[in-house]
Amino acid sequence: MTRSSGIDDILLHVAEILVRELKLEDVTAETFDPEIDLVDEVGIDSMDLATVALVIRDEYAIRIDEDDYPKLTTVRLISEYIARKLKEKAAEGAPA
Amino acid sequence: MQTVSSLLSPEWLERYKRISKLNIRSSIYDVTNRCNLRCIGCFFFSSDEHKAAPEETDIRKWEAFIDREKQRGVNLAILIGGEPTLCLDRMEAFYKRLSTFCATNGLIKVPRDRFPDMMLGISLWGDEQDEKILRGRDTFSISSRNYAGDPHVYYLYTITPRQLGKTERIVRKIRDAGLKVHMQLLSNDEGVNGFSWETAQLDAIRAEMDAILDAYPETVISSKYYHEIITTGTMMGRRFGWDECPSVTQPLDRRSPPPRRLIEFIRWASDLHTMHRCCTSETRDCGTCKDGAAHMSWVMVNKRAHIRTTRDLQNWIEVYEMFAKLYQFIPW
Ligand code: SF4
Ligand code: SF4
Repeated sequence: MTRSSGIDDILLHVAEILVRELKLEDVTAETFDPEIDLVDEVGIDSMDLATVALVIRDEYAIRIDEDDYPKLTTVRLISEYIARKLKEKAAEGAPA
Repeated sequence: MQTVSSLLSPEWLERYKRISKLNIRSSIYDVTNRCNLRCIGCFFFSSDEHKAAPEETDIRKWEAFIDREKQRGVNLAILIGGEPTLCLDRMEAFYKRLSTFCATNGLIKVPRDRFPDMMLGISLWGDEQDEKILRGRDTFSISSRNYAGDPHVYYLYTITPRQLGKTERIVRKIRDAGLKVHMQLLSNDEGVNGFSWETAQLDAIRAEMDAILDAYPETVISSKYYHEIITTGTMMGRRFGWDECPSVTQPLDRRSPPPRRLIEFIRWASDLHTMHRCCTSETRDCGTCKDGAAHMSWVMVNKRAHIRTTRDLQNWIEVYEMFAKLYQFIPW
């Protein structure tokens, strides 16, 4: 599946993935605060992050290294990480 | 959506932050198939797990194996057996590479010059009389002499139904030896008469454990929520058992839907190849399993389920802190 790589679209979609995959209650992708600390505030743990990372891998065709999990503590940081990976991928695939 | 800070006071929030990023990844290792005791009800021998695989005796193979375990992300090695202290070189190979905890019966004194701060959990199955019935001897008199006052030791007191009304005396003896205690319940894998739990006894022992925790907070490493979970086998309306157990060896775990579980957890046999089903006996009935560590881990992996009310989240924090203390991730 090809997804839009604009940061606002990614932010919304990452929030959607979190709400859907982790069955978060009383929040929607639109109302999800992209700055909220997912570990300290939402209580997400490494098993949750692994679940989310798998979905992101499938939907954006990028890999999230497990070593990077500790850095991915907000929806914004995850989204920026995805945007960076997509850019790198595009650069690798671009004609010389 | 409930958030952590909306549920906790600043003091509890501090406690939460101290543990929320610990990311403990444990695995369990049978260090040896041998033991210097043969306790009736020992899951290892009663299920023939000591015959599951021949021991690897080449210490270099142990060292290489532990290095691979580290690369796999393990940051806590839990050594069991058999009796690990029969193989100090293998224990040392772990200790030099990883945060290591060793479960022992305490009969052999671990030399502190080789293992200065390794946490030891000494098994204790009751008072002198019950220990003689189940283990053939009163181990406490020896282990308490070996380890009196050692700050890196606690008793893992497996309470049996026959200990009802007698636990305080044991806890006092442990306190008087300058040691700590953590409590769990016997699963009675060998069906010894008089050692299986009935519901009324579980209610009574829960009240007794709560009272002891209140009376000896400096000695007892526990939490009332943990007492509730191990005596009722339920958490937030869910029943503990195979479908929920977090302590199943991951590569053997084919459960669907997958429950919340310990990531990358494996219990290895001492040939360094064979994997056991879970943290305890392969033949144990999950429906009656009372394994303390599995129940503790069950709470720990279900953090978000506890971000519901202030009390729920405080309960989760207390159980996590207990685990982190028992394995030296935070001080007593
Ligand atoms: S001391 Fe531990 S390993 Fe040895 S027989 Fe008793 S319970 Fe089993
Ligand atoms: S015996 Fe206990 S620890 Fe083992 S899988 Fe069953 S419930 Fe889990």
